[in-house]
Amino acid sequence: MLSPTLREHLVVIGNGMAGCRAVEELLARDPGRFSVTIFGAEPYVNYNRIMLSPVLAGEKSFDDIVINGPEWYRDNAIELISSDPVTAIDRAAKTVKSQSGRTVSYDRLLIATGSDPFIIPVPGKDLPGVISFRDMKDVDHMLTAAEAGGDAVVIGGGLLGLEAAHGLSLRGMKVTVIHLMPTLMERQLDEAAGWLLKTELERRGQTILTGADTAEIIGEGKVEGVRLKDGRTIPASLVVMAVGIRPSVALAREAGLAVGRGIQVDDHMVTSDPAVLAVGECVEHDGNVYGLVAPLWEMCRALADGLVDKPSGYRGSVTSTKLKVSGIDVFSAGDFSGGDGAEDIVLRDASRGVYKRVVVRDDRIVGAVLYGDTADGSWYFDLLKKDEDIGSIRDVLIFGQAFAQGGGQADPKAAVAALSDDAEICGCNGVSKGKVVASIEGGACTLDAVRATCKASASCGSCTGLVEQLLAVTLGDEYEGERAVKTLCKCSSFTHDDVRREIVAQGMKSIPEVMQKLHWSTPDGCSSCRPALNYYLLCANPGDYVDDQQSRFVNERLHANIQKDGTYSVVPRMWGGLTNPRELRAIADVVEKYDAPMVKVTGGQRLDIFGIKKEDLPAVWADLNAAGMVSGHAYGKALRTVKTCVGSEWCRFGTQDSTGLGVKIEQMTWGSWMPHKFKIAVSGCPRNCAEATIKDFGVVCVDSGYELHVAGNGGIKVRATDLLCRVATERQAMDYCAAFTQLYREEAWYLERTAPWVERVGIDYVRQRIVDDEVGREALTSRFLFSQSFSQDDPWAARAGGADREQHAHLGEFRPIEMLAAE
Amino acid sequence: MIGDWIDVGALAEIPARGARTIKTGNGEEIAVFRTGANKVYALVNRCPHKHGPLSQGIVHGEAVACPLHNWRISLATGEALGEDRGCVPTIPVRVDAGRVLISRVAMLATAAAAAA
Repeated sequence: MLSPTLREHLVVIGNGMAGCRAVEELLARDPGRFSVTIFGAEPYVNYNRIMLSPVLAGEKSFDDIVINGPEWYRDNAIELISSDPVTAIDRAAKTVKSQSGRTVSYDRLLIATGSDPFIIPVPGKDLPGVISFRDMKDVDHMLTAAEAGGDAVVIGGGLLGLEAAHGLSLRGMKVTVIHLMPTLMERQLDEAAGWLLKTELERRGQTILTGADTAEIIGEGKVEGVRLKDGRTIPASLVVMAVGIRPSVALAREAGLAVGRGIQVDDHMVTSDPAVLAVGECVEHDGNVYGLVAPLWEMCRALADGLVDKPSGYRGSVTSTKLKVSGIDVFSAGDFSGGDGAEDIVLRDASRGVYKRVVVRDDRIVGAVLYGDTADGSWYFDLLKKDEDIGSIRDVLIFGQAFAQGGGQADPKAAVAALSDDAEICGCNGVSKGKVVASIEGGACTLDAVRATCKASASCGSCTGLVEQLLAVTLGDEYEGERAVKTLCKCSSFTHDDVRREIVAQGMKSIPEVMQKLHWSTPDGCSSCRPALNYYLLCANPGDYVDDQQSRFVNERLHANIQKDGTYSVVPRMWGGLTNPRELRAIADVVEKYDAPMVKVTGGQRLDIFGIKKEDLPAVWADLNAAGMVSGHAYGKALRTVKTCVGSEWCRFGTQDSTGLGVKIEQMTWGSWMPHKFKIAVSGCPRNCAEATIKDFGVVCVDSGYELHVAGNGGIKVRATDLLCRVATERQAMDYCAAFTQLYREEAWYLERTAPWVERVGIDYVRQRIVDDEVGREALTSRFLFSQSFSQDDPWAARAGGADREQHAHLGEFRPIEMLAAE
Repeated sequence: MIGDWIDVGALAEIPARGARTIKTGNGEEIAVFRTGANKVYALVNRCPHKHGPLSQGIVHGEAVACPLHNWRISLATGEALGEDRGCVPTIPVRVDAGRVLISRVAMLATAAAAAA
């Protein structure tokens, strides 16, 4: 062993997890190789930074999280210079200088400065009471603030922010989390798991605001609250900024080392200067920077191997994350964003609040997200890191290690057959495998029969697959499967009716909630189910539901009809087909101003302006709004037109004021979203010039009153209406119209027109609900009118006023000529 | 602006499960998609079937359904999925510090192809 004076001097900048771990690794390999000096900015010995959250939450003390106490430094002759950050590196002289003015020379220098919290540059960020969550000082600050109680705001709904919020909440503060993105922890979790997490945190009393952008932190002399860009203000005596971290590279950059996003190192953690090494969160290796602890251990091993001349090399890390919030189990690893050739295996168990998703590509696990049951996280992560072929256990992979390796039952049927008789199949109704098999053997040889006899799979339906497998196992070849009823789409085993019923029964309020509670087999649905769910939720929660624009078909998202060349057509509403010089002039002006190549009279008695560009739509609408016109919803699964004839006011045959009634009906029904498009007409006499008997709802005026017709169609399959009933007054005609519309809105399947719907349920059923059941009719009418009180805002006016501007504007423009010229 | 990557805007400006477009000056547009899992892809904004604007389709998983005839296109490869056959060019794109960066070379090639 070299005598201490002859050893090379290793100076470590940073007394944190990376710096000290590197020294530990080095000591383990060759304790006599270097004499070591460690500079630390904080006044502490080496502690475990990732355990600050449990300290804040009161689950651990500072002593519990110390990794290396004073005796470690003493026993290994390590000089610790704490509370004295290094301020400069002189690479030519091979010295470092500290804040207190101390100069220390080195043979080898290790930079382990970690990362700095990212502070968003908003007004008020420097007010007293605005802190980050990075070190022990921040924790002390939070603990002091929590003693006084009151309101805290945490900006950032990532790992760190949520742990801070959890701790402050346990300490008795009223906590609001402000998160810019639509879902929590979006870098680690997919939307479904993020929604589960949000729901649980809200249940625990935190307020979670997603999609919320901080405008400023307000307060006189100290923080008093946070104002969001949408104008909301949240009171706060403490603001914790936890939006992210940045590698701490200032020192290295000033010393002239190669710095990208982090300090650039090779596989042996050597920087652009061979005498200087770097490790931990401050480095950039092969284009990657890491903000988690696991890569650090691997880096330190490679670093120590290199320093003792037995180079091994660091090859980058695959990382996994766990949220340290007690009672909430969240795990994420690898790449769960899917991608080319990736397949999702999803298991949702609503009754236990479990969501598991494993992403597989070429029979290898590439990513996993687990919520609620993370027991198998380490197993999946292990398979992922080892790049193991999981082809042979693919079918049972999602059930976890115990199941997948339980006797090599790669066949799910064999796995079910191997279950013991008292294994629980249906959690909702507590039905064991033995009971299910007994009822099958007792003659229940279909899913429905099993449901009827022993209630298995009769409630939430999540065990339907297991029951089907038991049918197959018990009946053998006699059972060929069923599911004759069409499911909503391939993402779900539920029918449209099931989904609609459960949304209402369970009071569901969002698409991710439906997908979780009804066990969707895909992470975010498909282009069939998303628009359907959006409509069902909208219909079930009038005034309450936040419409998901990304679940709307293009026409409804842009409030215009897309044409084959990618331009749009625009149809302003003309109430009952009436117009006037002002409206016609405005339309003519728009046609000229925006160079619309064609204007056409539609079948619904209005004018269609063709060839409008996406980016011109708001301006076109503003011009039409100025003349008093609103959206005609010619693009929507919605009330389209109310076609009329001129009626008794002009026509010598007219029996009632059909035009006036048509206008009134259109004013009552416009703006309502429907399962499919919905057309109404009012004819003034049985000559029926408005063609009311091929509409979804048609009124034919007669001397004695009004004939009400339903479920006609003039499209692919022409169908004349069924006569619903006759009524005496205009008021009744309108009330029945509202009731029928609402019945269709509430009970038809998405994309099912009234004609197939009425053929499916029968006109007798509709008559019973609308005509015979007076109380029911009135309730339907009032539900329709209540819903309408929220839906009659002109969407064009909102867009013309600047709402959803990003739907119409390009993200940017690229001018190659200028680019080339600038080169 | 000069460099291998062009900063075209903030990730936050693209709605999750949505897309925004970039004009290339020669009539061709590039659609920049953001998935529900916050992955970003860029494709020429033109369905291989009947040239529908893919940016206006419904994004689900790692695919977009064309708004004109519901062809499903893989965001990663630009290939039509399922029974349909066809492919739309992809453009390298990445996200750094919340900014969306697009390959300059590929952008120039796209603009040149449109001009040709």
